Amino acid sequence: MDETRKMTIDAEHAPVIEPGHTFATVTDKISSIVLTRPTSNGWFAGFGIAFLATMMMLYAIGYLFLRGIGIWGVTIPIGWGFAIVNFVWWIGIGHAGTLISAILLLLRQSWRNSINRFAEAMTLFAVACAGIFPAIHVGRPWLAYWLFPYPNTMRVWPQFRSPLMWDVFAVSTYATISAIFWFIGLIPDLATLRDRAIHPAARIIYGILAMGWRGSARHWHRYETAYLLLAGLATPLVLSVHTVVSFDFAIGIVPGWHTTIFPPYFVAGAIYSGFAMVLMLAIPIRKIYGLEDFITERHLQNSAKVMLATGLIVAYGYGIEAFMGWYSGDRYDAFTIWNRLHGPYAIPYYALLLCNIGIPQLLWIRKFRTSPVALFFVSFVVLIGMWLERFIIVVVSLHRDFLTSSWGMYYPTRWDWMTYLGTIGMFLMLMFLFLRILPAISIFEMRTLLPEAEVKE
Amino acid sequence: MHSKSDNSRAQGPDLCPSKKGTLDLASLRAEIDKASGPEYWRSLEELAGDPAFQEALHREFPKGASEWVDSVSRRGFLKVMGASMALAGMTGCVKLPNEPIVPYVRQPEEVIPGRPMFYATAVTLGGYASPILVESHLGRPTNIQGNLQHPASMGGADIFTQASLLTMYDPDRSQSVTELGDQRSWQSFVSAIRGPLAAQKALKGAGIRILTTTVTSPTLADQLRNLLKIYPEAKWHVYEPVNRDNVLEGAKLAFGQPVETRYDFSKADVIVSLDADFLYAGFPGNTRYIRDFAKRRDPDGKMNRLYVIESGMSSTGAKADYRLGVRADQIENLALVLAGAVHRFSGNPTVPNADEERFLSALSNELPSSLVIAGDNLRPAVHATVHRINEAIGNVGKTVFYTDPVDANPVSQTESIKELVSDIHAGKVDLLIILGGNPAYDAPADLDFANVLKNGKVPMRVHLGLYQNETAELCQWHVNQTHELESWGDARAYDGAVSIIQPLIAPLYNGKSALELLALLTEQADASGHDLVRVYWQTQHTGGDFEAFWRKSLHDGWVEGTSYAPRSFPVKSSNFPPSSVIGDSNSIELNFRRDPTIYDGQFSNNGWLQELPKPMNKLTWDNAILIGPKMAERLEIEPKHVVELELNGKKVKGPVWIQAGHPDNSVTVTLGYGRTRAGRVGTGWGFNAYALRTTSAPWIASGVKINKTGEYYELASVQGMQSMETPNGDTRPLVRAGTLEEYRQNPNFAPEMDENPAPGLTLYKPYDYKDEAYAWGMAIDLNKCVGCNACMIACQSENNIAVVGQEQTRLGRHMHWIRVDAYYQGDRENPKAFFQPVPCMQCENAPCEVVCPVAATNHSSEGLNDMIYNRCVGTRYCSNNCPYKVRRFNFFLFQDWTTEQYKMMRNPDVSVRSRGVMEKCTYCIQRINEHKIDAEVASVREGKTIKIKDGELQTACQQACPADAITFGDINDPNSAVAKLKRKSLNYSLLCELNTRPRTTYLAEVRNPNPELEI
Repeated sequence: MDETRKMTIDAEHAPVIEPGHTFATVTDKISSIVLTRPTSNGWFAGFGIAFLATMMMLYAIGYLFLRGIGIWGVTIPIGWGFAIVNFVWWIGIGHAGTLISAILLLLRQSWRNSINRFAEAMTLFAVACAGIFPAIHVGRPWLAYWLFPYPNTMRVWPQFRSPLMWDVFAVSTYATISAIFWFIGLIPDLATLRDRAIHPAARIIYGILAMGWRGSARHWHRYETAYLLLAGLATPLVLSVHTVVSFDFAIGIVPGWHTTIFPPYFVAGAIYSGFAMVLMLAIPIRKIYGLEDFITERHLQNSAKVMLATGLIVAYGYGIEAFMGWYSGDRYDAFTIWNRLHGPYAIPYYALLLCNIGIPQLLWIRKFRTSPVALFFVSFVVLIGMWLERFIIVVVSLHRDFLTSSWGMYYPTRWDWMTYLGTIGMFLMLMFLFLRILPAISIFEMRTLLPEAEVKE
Repeated sequence: MHSKSDNSRAQGPDLCPSKKGTLDLASLRAEIDKASGPEYWRSLEELAGDPAFQEALHREFPKGASEWVDSVSRRGFLKVMGASMALAGMTGCVKLPNEPIVPYVRQPEEVIPGRPMFYATAVTLGGYASPILVESHLGRPTNIQGNLQHPASMGGADIFTQASLLTMYDPDRSQSVTELGDQRSWQSFVSAIRGPLAAQKALKGAGIRILTTTVTSPTLADQLRNLLKIYPEAKWHVYEPVNRDNVLEGAKLAFGQPVETRYDFSKADVIVSLDADFLYAGFPGNTRYIRDFAKRRDPDGKMNRLYVIESGMSSTGAKADYRLGVRADQIENLALVLAGAVHRFSGNPTVPNADEERFLSALSNELPSSLVIAGDNLRPAVHATVHRINEAIGNVGKTVFYTDPVDANPVSQTESIKELVSDIHAGKVDLLIILGGNPAYDAPADLDFANVLKNGKVPMRVHLGLYQNETAELCQWHVNQTHELESWGDARAYDGAVSIIQPLIAPLYNGKSALELLALLTEQADASGHDLVRVYWQTQHTGGDFEAFWRKSLHDGWVEGTSYAPRSFPVKSSNFPPSSVIGDSNSIELNFRRDPTIYDGQFSNNGWLQELPKPMNKLTWDNAILIGPKMAERLEIEPKHVVELELNGKKVKGPVWIQAGHPDNSVTVTLGYGRTRAGRVGTGWGFNAYALRTTSAPWIASGVKINKTGEYYELASVQGMQSMETPNGDTRPLVRAGTLEEYRQNPNFAPEMDENPAPGLTLYKPYDYKDEAYAWGMAIDLNKCVGCNACMIACQSENNIAVVGQEQTRLGRHMHWIRVDAYYQGDRENPKAFFQPVPCMQCENAPCEVVCPVAATNHSSEGLNDMIYNRCVGTRYCSNNCPYKVRRFNFFLFQDWTTEQYKMMRNPDVSVRSRGVMEKCTYCIQRINEHKIDAEVASVREGKTIKIKDGELQTACQQACPADAITFGDINDPNSAVAKLKRKSLNYSLLCELNTRPRTTYLAEVRNPNPELEI
């Protein structure tokens, strides 16, 4: 027992796994959520609501396809509205998963083991939500595939100078790597589920998905190699995807877009919102499924610290934007900053400052970092703040650009809201399904955290 | 749907067989269900042969399936209900008019498929003819341009003239003769009127009243006089809401007889306009006046100086070198002071304030070789005073000319309709024939004409009109009128020159022209319009070969020798009556104006004009209650607040727009809105200002009350902000302007107003256009542009640009490829105003091109930024990245793909864009290519390289521009007009500091203010 303590309590840190667990209890605890625990009414209620929201999204998209992009609030000069705001927001949220699984893996931050599985799932689902928007926001969505460089009889390639083109590569690569990484990480656990499942159908399905995993040393060896390689591949993506997304704006000449601070500031913002989403999911999950032993105070604290750090980078980004607006002497940039502070969208801008810079400063205080309720609240605020940030960048920059004669206003329509809330519904629906049919915490990786896993000479 | 197609069958022999109407699935099924057994198959076979069935098959989806999604929007409704069904298949068989029409010189006189023909003809507005050339593709008129050789046009064409094309094709036009709303044949009308006419014959026509609009047509006037000979007791009344009674009465005061005044702005060094908006469409002769005025705006030549004293903010006021905004009743007073200043005449003017004093003294020093002009809205005494002033200065014969009246029946129209109404009340009228016009809607409110028609004692009322409008509803008989583009006629231009109106197409709906209807009364029953006009001119023609004369007149577009020669009319010495009312300066004055885009309401159903931004406030689709900033502040009224105007117990409600430059204690409303039966496009927009307009105060009324309602109405203004000064206090150098003095001191003042990056500052290797055959460029002279919007309509017609409706316009989704921005500068009470037409800049470093992910917008070797509609997927990134925001996006299926009439109207050389596609100005690429092909053909024929001659190729906007403000051509040719302009020191690029290197550049505006007044 003393040794266990030594293993799990680093000086000044809470344990990443509560004492008293063995291989068997860990496996039981996690796999029971999927295999034996009866599906609660709460799950059905939550899933039902999320499902309805998804249907609402499909309805909104169906109507969009029928009538055209005009059902949204986009117009000239604000050619991009909620669709792009939501796209960037979701992509940003997706970043936490890869960061946790890949970068922290490479950095041997073993505390990540209890949150990486659902963080990755969250990434995947967030990218799925994000991926909807670029496809449906074009005027002729049935031709959206023209953005892909496929061999065709028209003998036309996409235009490689366009950041939207880069986006296609960045996002599709990211989605692919995330999916593979997640799936490979699942294989040993799928085998566990296969072995433990009672229902024959479950056994067959998990069996197929486990791809013949037997847990032999050779399997483990290959698994570790593949996993590390994929982690190596995914790591640059964490930086590149949002950098490329930020190019959508930074390459443009619109004042408020055309700035070199965007890539790092977008990446930081992405991780910021990603961790906020991880916390917003982890806090209720650990409570409902009684996983406090596995997702401990330490995880909460660490995530909060990451948020604090990235939040400060984002704040620096805002500062530099404002500074450059003045320092560049460019009348259009100067006006863009003025317009954010005093224009018709000043309220969202101040709300953004409050959400992204103001309230998260609470995280300096240990009490807030360790209180699930406070963290949940701060994470929620950060998610709103990061959404507002994209709104400010996309909409508020566009609505007043160079020629005063072409200034306009953007008012989202109910279709905009239905689509946005619908993707949140879809995200939650997928999360509910994930919790119900796959182990939300990596069983085998948790086992490596136990004292039993320590190799004795 | 079915009854429609039945009707179309009933319409008679003229319709071609495929015009049977269309079937929908339900009716198909019904047809088949009726039959059984062998019959079943037979009917199927019959059906299969039916063109309507073929069409139904072709459509793939049942009728309406593709439309139902549009049901929410007004435009959608417009499409679903398309009266087009009666015309299905018409596109396949256009019918040329029966009589020979004569094409214009530009093309050989035979039809070459794919090449348009041009015909000279005219359309009228307020009686005055606008001479035009109509482009015709295989018998379908598709575009209206000014008649280059006619002195009244010289190639320019105003908005109403050009947009009349859309009216001609309007599917909402009245399509048949009706009796109490039911369809009748022309024959049944003929027999219905026979009885009453015979009865009147005995009474010498004592019960016949003809109500026309202003008539300048010699043939029609002759016919009416004949009618009055046959029925000596009958009466001919004239009424048009936008009439020139004041001008006429003024002339009568001054000369004792009706006299037409004509101006020569090219000779005037100083122009003084008293509320005369002579630089905007609707003012007789405006196209010519704009041209003459603009010619004198060259800062390198002898520049003219324009003073404007006006009661609203007009585009003429915007061009003024000095502008004074005062109430209309004070203008009259100032006219008297001005007259006093030229030492010939003194009325009894009240002393003007210091500002006005200063202005008048500066002005009177300059008066030699000037031109003083008064607006139609000012009272007759002002016009008489102005005649005196012009005479006293010696302008008559130099810049001001007097001729016989162009109006064939120059009577006071207000008096005329008053008399008609009192005759009706007295029960003297048995047969009222209303030829055109819409008096039930636009007659003075105190006459209550609609009620007079409804409850009056006129047993038989006949209305001839293009639309089943408010008046048609109250007449038992309505005869559908032919449009001027589909009928024969004649009319006089502002200078008196007669244009023979020749039809470009056989009447779409078998209508009758006024001439043809009147022929029924003058016992020429079956005479065709062609015969009537021809026979009249045969009687007028003396000597020579009539056939040659006729051909030449049709070909040229006017009858030689018919323009009125200037005559001298001495001003009577007697004093003019003092002005009738000098309003109490504390009471609020109400000004009525013709609407800048829908005129008096006759263009209500014209989508192009409804969506055309009004020049000074860029409002579309609605009229507004215009008030000045000071008054708005005092009354605490914000823009778009709905207020109630109350005048003598009559009330109307409308939204307020705060108009910079509008005088205090004064309200301006425009006429023509608030229609109840305009058609699907025009019904319901705006408020009806006619409800306040009375015979005693048709233009200027005093004592209007403004009551706040607390309501709010979303007006659709297409311009985001009308100031170059941003709210943070920075002024952007968008329109660059200086004074003549500044220009002389520093000719480069305009390019120096902003950073101008050196060429070659780009990541990508700059393309060398020097070796290309052509490098297209455009120069827009802001000095010349008068903001008349002619370019916008020209572009809309040439490039098949869709109309999107009020709601979409309000959201910012209008589709104009060229827009005219209007900016105000300085004091909002009396600002300087500038116009800036903005087409695509065709940037050499185009920001739109690099961001398109599918390469749908690319640069051509000739420097054009080309748009490939078929490749566009609609990311809208290009529009976001366009600093000029000239790109337009099809947010919905804005184009009407189903209405047959619109199919006929469209320019076949330009793609009709579909939903989800970006579009923008192409520099009229279709015209460029047409000329390039011609040049290449010529090259091959001649065996040497022949290039397009400079000036031969014109963009649509350039062609329509009455001011010649737009110049387009090859900048590789150093001798081209555009290259020369671009070398001028005034030339600058909009937002040049972005290094976009636009091909469209501007010549900065130079104003010529009186130094005495510039302190």
